[in-house]
Order: sequence, then C-alpha cells, then structure tokens
Amino acid sequence: MAEVSSFAEIDAYSRVPLLVLLVSAAVWLFIGSAFAFIASLKFHMPGFLADCSFLTYGRVRPAFTNSFLYGFCVQGGLGVAIWLFIRLGRNCIVQPGLLTLGASLWNLGLTAGVIGILSGDSTGFETLEIPGYASLMLFVAYAVIGVLGLLSLHQRVERGLYVSLWFIVAAVFWFPWIYSTAQLLLLKFPVRGVTQAVIAWWYANNLQMVWLGLVGLGLAFYFAPKLANRQLPSHYLAMFAFWTLILFATWGGIPNSAPVPAWLPALSTAGTVLLLIPIIAVSLSFWPVLGKLGPDASTPLRFIRVGVLLFVLAELLQVVSSLLPVSQVTDLTWFVPGRSLLFSYGFFAMILFGAIYSIMPTLFAGERLCPHLARAHYWLALGGIVLGLLPLTFGGIIQGLQIRHAGVPFMDVVKTQLMVIRISTLGDLCFLAGHGVFLVNVVALVQRFYKAKAATVFADATAEIKPVELRP
Amino acid sequence: MNYGPLIFLAAFFALATSWFGMVLTPHAQVGHLQPTNTVPDGLTYPVGRAGLARQGLDVYRANGCEYCHSQQVRQTGMVCDVLLTDAGTNQPAVIQKLLKLVPEASEASLKEKLASLPQPIKEHIGRSEAEALVKALAVGDVKAELWVVPVGPDISRGWGRRRTVAEDFLYDYPYMPGSQRVGPDLADVGARLPDVSWQLRHLYAPTVDVKGSPMPPYRYLFAKQKSEHGGSPEALTNLGDHAPPTGYEIVPRAEAKALVAYLLSLRANEALFDAPFTVPSAPATNAAPGTATNAAPVTATNAPAPAK
Repeated sequence: MAEVSSFAEIDAYSRVPLLVLLVSAAVWLFIGSAFAFIASLKFHMPGFLADCSFLTYGRVRPAFTNSFLYGFCVQGGLGVAIWLFIRLGRNCIVQPGLLTLGASLWNLGLTAGVIGILSGDSTGFETLEIPGYASLMLFVAYAVIGVLGLLSLHQRVERGLYVSLWFIVAAVFWFPWIYSTAQLLLLKFPVRGVTQAVIAWWYANNLQMVWLGLVGLGLAFYFAPKLANRQLPSHYLAMFAFWTLILFATWGGIPNSAPVPAWLPALSTAGTVLLLIPIIAVSLSFWPVLGKLGPDASTPLRFIRVGVLLFVLAELLQVVSSLLPVSQVTDLTWFVPGRSLLFSYGFFAMILFGAIYSIMPTLFAGERLCPHLARAHYWLALGGIVLGLLPLTFGGIIQGLQIRHAGVPFMDVVKTQLMVIRISTLGDLCFLAGHGVFLVNVVALVQRFYKAKAATVFADATAEIKPVELRP
Repeated sequence: MNYGPLIFLAAFFALATSWFGMVLTPHAQVGHLQPTNTVPDGLTYPVGRAGLARQGLDVYRANGCEYCHSQQVRQTGMVCDVLLTDAGTNQPAVIQKLLKLVPEASEASLKEKLASLPQPIKEHIGRSEAEALVKALAVGDVKAELWVVPVGPDISRGWGRRRTVAEDFLYDYPYMPGSQRVGPDLADVGARLPDVSWQLRHLYAPTVDVKGSPMPPYRYLFAKQKSEHGGSPEALTNLGDHAPPTGYEIVPRAEAKALVAYLLSLRANEALFDAPFTVPSAPATNAAPGTATNAAPVTATNAPAPAK
C-alpha cells in the first residue's frame, strides 16, 4: 500500500475488518453475559432450565467464560491493537480483505466452540474448553489476524516504536505459543495425569494474566495520556514495567493445593510475589496521568481509570493469595473466579471499553456514540463490579475460612456462598444491561454511518445529470 | 542503532523461560510418572479405571461437574497417635506406668480402656514424642503401636484419609482438579458414599438426601417409563416428593450409570510412600488380646496382623 498520511483515509481503508472485530466483540460480550446471568440464576433455582442438557450449569458457565475471553477480550483486544498499529505507524492495514476473512473465521470457530461446549464436547480444561475441531479454526484465524497485524506494523511510516506497541507485540507473539503448546500437549498428544493440570494452569495464567495484562496495559499506556491530555512521567518506567511483567507474570497460576511436586507451586508463588515490582512501576506510571482527574473527565477516560485501578487491586490480590497461608483459605473458593474476573473484566474489559469508545468516532468519521448511553454503560459496569465481583472475591474469603474450620458443617458453608452468589446475580444483571446498552450504542453508530453513506451514494446515483454544454 | 531485534530476542527469551520452567520441566518430571506401590502391601497403584468408570469420566467432563467439585484433598500436616494393643499380664503395673507417662489420664478411664484393647493412649502428638512413648510402654509383654495420622480440615470433614498426590490421577484423561468447592471434594467420594442407589438418587433429585443442596438435578440422565412386569430392578427408590406418578418409574440412562461408576471409582485412599498413614489392622472390638501385632508399624499397614 502506498504511503497515506491522512488519518481519515487510513481509517476509511481499514474500516471493514476493524468493524467486524469490534462489533463481533460487542455481540459476544452480550451473549457471554447472558450465559453468566443464566448460570447465576441457577443458584436461586437449581431446577431452572435443568432438564435441558444444553443449559446445565456445568455447560453454561464455560460457555460464558469462553464467549467473554475469546469472543470479547481477545477479539476486541486484537481489533483495538491493530487500530493502534496503523494509527501510530500512520499506514494502512495490509490486506484488509484477508483480515476480514480471518476475523470471520475466528467468529465461526468460536461459534462452533461454544455450541460444542453446550452440547457436551468441552475438553474439561478450564479456559481451554473449546473442543479441538473449533480450536483449530481459532488458531488459523488468530494466525491470519496476527500476521496481518504485524505486517501492518512492519510497514509503518512512523518508524518510532511507542512503548504501548512493545506490550501489544509481545502479546500478539505469545498467544500462538501458549495456545499451540496447550492444544498439542492437552488435546493432540495428551500428557500424563496431573501434568495436564500443570499445563492447563500455565496456559490459563498466561492467557489471562499475561496476554490480557500486556494488551490492556499497552492500550492504557496509549489512551490514558492521550485522553487525559497529560504526559507519562517516564517511558523508561513503562519499559521497566514491561520487562518485569513478562519475566514474572508468566510463572504464576499453579495453586498451592495442587497434587503436584512442591517445587511447582513454590516457583509459581515466587514469580507471583515478584509481580510486586511491575505493580509498583505501573502505579507510579499512571498516578500522575490518572490521579486527581476533574469531574469533567470524559467517559472513556473514566473507564480507563477504573481499569488501571483494578489492575493494581487484582494483581495485589493475586500476590497476596499466592502466599501459602492465605492460599490455604482462598484456594478452591469463589475468591478464585472473583479475583480472576476482577482482572479480566475490571481491568481488561474496562480499558477495552474506554478504547473502543474513543476509537469508534474516529473510525466512523462524522458519527458519534451517544454519550448518555456510554455514561449509562459506565455506571452499569461499575455497579456490576461492585455488586457482582467484589462480593464473590471477598465472600470467597469467608467461604474459605468456614471450609478451613472443620467444625462448621458443610451445608453452612453452602449457605454462605449461596448468599454471596445471590448478591452477585444483581451484578450479573447490571453487566447484562450494560452490555446491551454498549451493543445498541455501537450497532446504532455503525448503522447511522452506513445509512448516511448509502444516502450519499444513492443521492449521487440519482442526481440529475446536467447536460454538459458542448462547445462547438 | 536499531535495537529492535535485540529487544525482540530479549522479550522472546523472557517469555520462553516460563515455558521451559512450567511446561518442559514438569513434563520431563511428572509427565513420566510411573505407577507406585502401596505401603506396605506392595500392590501396584493406581490401576486404571474400569471401562464403565472411564465412560463416566466423560459424562463428568461433558456436564462440567468440575466447576463445582474439586478433586484435591489438602492436608496441613501429619501427627502421631500411640495405641496400646496389648497390656500383657501385669495390668496394674501398666496402669501405674501410664499414669506417669500420660499425667492427664485418670486411673478409672485407663482401666476402662484396658478392658477393650487396642485403645489410643495419646493422640495428635509429634513423631519423636510418640516414638519415645512407644519405647517406654512396650516393655516385656506390653505392646504399643505408633499410628501416622494425616490432619487438616479436609480430612476432618471426611473428604479423604490423606492428601491427594499425583499418582492418584495417573491414568485420568482429562484430569479435572476443579477450582472451586461449591459442593464437597470428590477425590475420595467412592469410599465415602459407596451406595449406588444413593448416588443415582442424588443425581436425579439432589435435595431428597441433602436438604438445601444447590446442586442442579440431572434429570436428563434418567428416563421416565411405564412400570411393567413388576417394575425394573434399576428403578430409583425413596424419591419422596420427586417420585413419578403411580404406574411409572425412573430408570437411569447409560450416562447416569457410567457417571456413578466413575464416582464410585474415585478412591484416593491407599497409603503410599509419599502420602503415608496407618490403616487399622482390624476393628477394635475384634482384637482379642494375644493376637495383636508384635511390631509397631511405623508407616502404614493394610495387612492382617501377623500372628505371634
């Protein structure tokens, strides 16, 4: 592609593949939260939809996590990442048609995967439930999207490599490695016994803590200073966060209770505790940018501020809960999914929302998202985090303390967690409503844009043709 | 200078170290785990699950049981109990000795204990203290044993006799350790709840036997059919409020039978070298004086006590 310098032209050229990635992400987010809501309702009425094997709790729950992780987080993250490649590089996407095809294949694979999970084909490995036939499609689709994204980056006109891109490029490379390792060693040539669990934990940690962590921070390092109109205190500090994050975050994830040789959880804990270093570096980087924002802060910026705050909180919880005395309480309770969702939703999804809200208007020149709906989404998301995720996380601690106390009958532990989950159903309802608002807002913008475009084309086509005076 | 390739290589290396540490090394170590022996019987452990139980594992996987049930019994430590197995012929002397060694015991309670041996003399003490006590007690024809007892909240809840170890799941694919305990741990459920009809009824209508259980009913694993020729022998019984109308019966489908076979095959309860505990040689009431063991089993024993 020839060098194009106008952002408007770049966006026009790259619009379709990014549209497919971002709108599909919004759709999967809504589908995922519908699954989460159904799963949550089952704790109020265990018999709800129980006679339909497709909708039993043990299938709806992985359907939610997979729709959310692969449908929204990875897909939306890739969409915004590629937009960032071409925005910072001032060039166009390489082969937008092929990229659209890759994005469609990703969605096809995910649809097959979620239907597979609902019909009982789950692999049985958490966060990797998508059955082999669908994960092959996902892998090929990721390869197409990733390679085209990196080629677009390679052809950049602006040669400097902003620190955000370090984070994102490392993540783009890391996913195929962890995904192929997990697929080969768990599904194609399965390893023995508990080694499966070790690899599954390693994969889950690297997808959630490392992939989402890198992409989320990469986006935050670009959008936060830009939207707040302030400078990052130091690029070296951001780079330091990058190096320490990839060195230490990759080791976590093996629970202390696991029936594996003791060195594995010990090593995992050591890596997790060292995460304190990037946590401090990230906090120091963002405090001058996001601290003390005025009340007139824009909605995308508010999303990103919450995201960065919850990065610090979720990572600190991860560090503390990796220590043996704490993990003996928190392991195997609702604390685990609560903390993990605080990271993947509270941190990553919130930053992605902020990013999508701020790029949609530039991508669809002339159209803007409804600010009221965006604000409603912000408050619903915040409500969901407060009502849905915090009770799970901290209720999990109470649950863990009760399980530890053998004098408390198990049915009392069950009652405690039911109370917690029933509160979190309100949070799930907030999420569902918020994601509905988000989807409507995004789709309405796209619809307005193409309607206006169609109207222009129609007007051009039906315009009265003025006879041209021929000069004799 | 262009630092791009250098940065790329360094990042690549940083990420790759975790792959070597957390994938390759465990694969080389745990991935080549071999079956072990039970202690002290020397029986091969584990043996693969039977065919129906293997199918049941797939039902367990397909229905996502692992999202509510873990299969990891945790253990916080190990303590020792000292048991008196044979008081010999001079019981008053033994009582005097015990009163000195275990000051908190009363003479009356000791006399009572001596009437029905073996009896625990001191429980939940450290290894060296227990060894010293056994040595002090087992003089002449008096016999005492040291028992190794794993402890921890999971074990007190009866979820297992010892912690689970890698060998317990050697032949399972997929191995589903679970990440949460909405319901109880299932690593040893086959030993804890071995009743097939209880398990089937619990799958069909969990609240019948466990009041207030949030477990969803798995009615789609069962069929309702007309009760003919006096009814099927497999029909569920004692369903209470969930009983079918008269003339009908609930029978398990193949999936339900396989799932129960799998649940009953979950028995991580053999004493192993890396997870030892003492298995009582015989119920206390059957042990007549003179047939008790002659050697203090320090780790574990499943074997009938050797005769003197």
